[in-house]
Amino acid sequence: MNLAATSADLSRFLSRRPDGTVTFDALVKGAHCAGCLAKIERGVAALPGVASARLNLSTGKLAVVGGTGLRPDGILQRLHDLGYEGVPFEAGASLDEDAREGRFLLHCLVVAAFGTVFTMGLTDAIWYGGDMDAGLRRLFFWLAASVSVPATLYSGQPFFLSAWKVLKQHRTNMDVPISAALILSLGLSLWQTAQGTGQVYFDAAVMLSFLLLAGRYLDFLLRNKARGAARHLLAMQSVLVRRQAAGELQIVAAADLNPGDHILLTSGERTPVDGVLDDRGTELDLSLVTGESVPVLRAAGTAVSAGSIVTGAPVLLRVTARVENSLVADLARLLEAGRQGKSLYVTLADRAARAYVPFVAVTALAVLAGWLWAGADFAQALTNAVTVLIVTCPCALGLAVPAVQVAATGRLFRDGIFVKSGDALERLAEIDHAVFDKTGTLTLGKLVLENRDDIAPAILEQAAGLARASSHPLARALAAAAGEGPVTAAVTEIVGCGLEAPSQAGTQRLGNAAWCNVPDDGNGASLWFRDGVAAPVHFIFRDQIRPESRQMVADLHRRGIVVEMLTGDRSIPAGEIAGQAGISLWCATVGPKEKADRLRALAARGQRVLMVGDGINDAGALALAHVSIAPGTATDISQRTADMVLRGSTLSPLVEALDVARKARRLVIQNFVLAALYNAAAVPLAALGLVTPLVAAAAMASSSLLVTLNALRLVPWRAP
Amino acid sequence: MALIIAAALAMGLAGLGVLLWAITSGQYDDLDGAAARILLDESGHIPEGPGGV
Repeated sequence: MNLAATSADLSRFLSRRPDGTVTFDALVKGAHCAGCLAKIERGVAALPGVASARLNLSTGKLAVVGGTGLRPDGILQRLHDLGYEGVPFEAGASLDEDAREGRFLLHCLVVAAFGTVFTMGLTDAIWYGGDMDAGLRRLFFWLAASVSVPATLYSGQPFFLSAWKVLKQHRTNMDVPISAALILSLGLSLWQTAQGTGQVYFDAAVMLSFLLLAGRYLDFLLRNKARGAARHLLAMQSVLVRRQAAGELQIVAAADLNPGDHILLTSGERTPVDGVLDDRGTELDLSLVTGESVPVLRAAGTAVSAGSIVTGAPVLLRVTARVENSLVADLARLLEAGRQGKSLYVTLADRAARAYVPFVAVTALAVLAGWLWAGADFAQALTNAVTVLIVTCPCALGLAVPAVQVAATGRLFRDGIFVKSGDALERLAEIDHAVFDKTGTLTLGKLVLENRDDIAPAILEQAAGLARASSHPLARALAAAAGEGPVTAAVTEIVGCGLEAPSQAGTQRLGNAAWCNVPDDGNGASLWFRDGVAAPVHFIFRDQIRPESRQMVADLHRRGIVVEMLTGDRSIPAGEIAGQAGISLWCATVGPKEKADRLRALAARGQRVLMVGDGINDAGALALAHVSIAPGTATDISQRTADMVLRGSTLSPLVEALDVARKARRLVIQNFVLAALYNAAAVPLAALGLVTPLVAAAAMASSSLLVTLNALRLVPWRAP
Repeated sequence: MALIIAAALAMGLAGLGVLLWAITSGQYDDLDGAAARILLDESGHIPEGPGGV
C-alpha cells in the first residue's frame, strides 16, 4: 500500500519528549547484516525532520528522533522503498522491561564474577599458605568477607526476590534452598571468622551465586530471543487499512475500525475484520480461512470472514465486527484454550526441583539433629548442616537444562528452525503422532499448469496474453507457465467469469467453463480458452507437493511416528497429495473446529501430537497440539501460535528438529544423573563433616563444568 | 603488603565500575548490531576491499 500517497493518521505512534524532540519507533523486518543497517539508518536519517535514526539489529527496533517535522508515514514509505517491511511500534513498556531485566542480570553476573575472583585469590592464599601466621590469616579472612558478603548479597538479588515471592504464596521453588544456602553460608562464615576458626565459605558462596547466575542469564537470552520473535509477529498484525469516510480515504490501524465503517480492499489485500461485501461482488481466496485452494465468487451482501484475500475487483467492505471480535478472535479463544492446556505442562527442571527441595531441607535438618544427638556442640552441628546445604546447592542442576537448551536451540537456529520456547523442545521429544495440513504445508500452496504438454505453444501464448492482464490466481499461474511476454490489448475482466478481448477471429475468451460455453466438469482449478468459434482449450492446474514431503513422511514413519493429514480441501485433490506423500491416514473437508476436535480426541487417547500447519484455519489446532510447527511461509497468526517456525521454505529441517530434541532430552537426563551422582558422593562426606571449604568449592565448579561440557556435545564439532 | 592488597582491590573495583557503567548505558543491548557496525566506516558505508565486497 502506498502510504505516502494518502493522508495517514499515525500521530498516535509519535511520542514527545520534554525537551521538544519527537520520537517514533518502528519494527523493521528483514534487516540482518551491516549492509541493511547502514542502508536503513542513512536512508531514514536523510528524511526531513529526522535528527537521528538508530536500528537495533537484535530486536529489529528502529528508534527515530527528530523535530516537529518528523513524519511517520514518510519513514515507513522510505523503509518500503529500501525493500524492508516496517510497522509502527507503540512505545510499549515490554521492550524496555526486557532490556532492564537483561541489564540487571548482567550486572549481578559481573559483580559475582568480580567477587569470585577476588575472594578466591584471598582464600586460596590461606588454604595453600600453610605457614601463614594467625594474624595475617585473620586479616585475609576479614578481607575476603568484605568482598564476598556485599558481592553475594548484591548478585544474589534475583534468587532472593524470587524466593521471597513464592514464600509469600506459601510455595517453594529452586530459589528457596539457593537463597538459604547463600545467606546461611555467609552468616556461618562471618561467625566462624569472628570466632577465629577456619571453616569459612566466602569463596563458595559467591562462586555459587556466579555459576547459578550464568545459568539464569543463558535462560534469559533464550527467552528474550523467543519473545522478540513473538513481538515481531504481533506488530505485523497491526495492519493498516484504508477507510472511506465522507468520500475520502484515510489510512487507519485495523484495531481502530468500528462496525459500520467502510474499508476499501483491492486485489491481493487481506481483510483484517469480518464484514459484508457492500457495493458489489468479487472473488475471494479463502484458502487461509477454509483451506480451499481455488478462489470462490461471492455476491454483494455476502458475509466475509477475516483472513479472506480479495482476488477479483476492488470492493468496499462494511465492517461488522471489530478486530478483536472477528473470526481471528474466535480462533483466539481456541488458542487460549490450548495455551491453558500447555501451561499445565511441567518441565523437566520443575519436576527435578519438586523432588530436590524437600530432599535438601530434610537432609540438612537430619544432619543437624544427628550431630546434636551424637553429642557434638551446636556450632559443630550447624556447620555440618550448612556444609550439606552448600554442597548440594544446585549449580549443576541450575545449569543442566539451560545449557542444553541454549546449545540445542543454537544448533537448530543455524539449521533454519526457530524455537520459541525451551520447553517446546522437551515436548517435541515426546511426540508419537504427527498431523499435517495439506495446502501450503505438504504442498507448495501454488497452482501450476499441469497439462502444459498437451497445449500448442501458440494457443498458450494467446491465452497468456489475456491472463497477464489479470491478478486472478489461476490467470497468474497461467501467465507464469507461459513466461514473460506481451499483454493483449483491450482486455476486459468480468468478475466471476473471465477475461475477454477482441481478436481477428471475433472474440478471445479466457475463463471458467460457462464463460467459454462448455459443460462444467466440477474441477474448480481449471481455465478454458476459446478464440472465436475455434474448439475450446482446457487448462488444468494442480497444487504441487513439496519435493521433500515424501522423504520427510518416510523419515517420521521410521522414527515410529504415526503421520496423519487433515485438510479443508475437497477429497479428490486431498487423496492425490496424500498418496504422493505416502500418508494413508487422511481426512478431507475438515474445518477449523473439526481440526481442533480431532486434536482434542487424539490428546484424550493419550497421544502426544505434533501439529504442522500454515493457515488461519490451523491456528486453533496448532495451539491445542502437544507441540506445533509452522512453515516459514505460514500466516502470521500460525507463526505466532506455533512453538517452532521453520525459517526456510522446506520442511526437511523438521526431522532434524525431532532428532535434536530427542538428543537434548537424553542430555538433560544425563545431566540430572551427573548432578545426582555428585550429590550422592558429596552429601555423606559433608554430613560426616569431612568436606573442607576448598573441596566444596572445587566440587561445585567441576560438576558445573562437566554438565556444561556434556551439553556442548549437541553442537556438531567443526574443524576451524 | 596492605598497600598491594588495597591497590589490587581498587583496580578491580575500578574495572567493575567501568563494566557496570557500560552495561547501564546500553552498550550490551544490541550485540548483533555491534558486531555489524564494526564493518562500517564513519560515513556509514561498507568499505570496499581489494576484491570488492
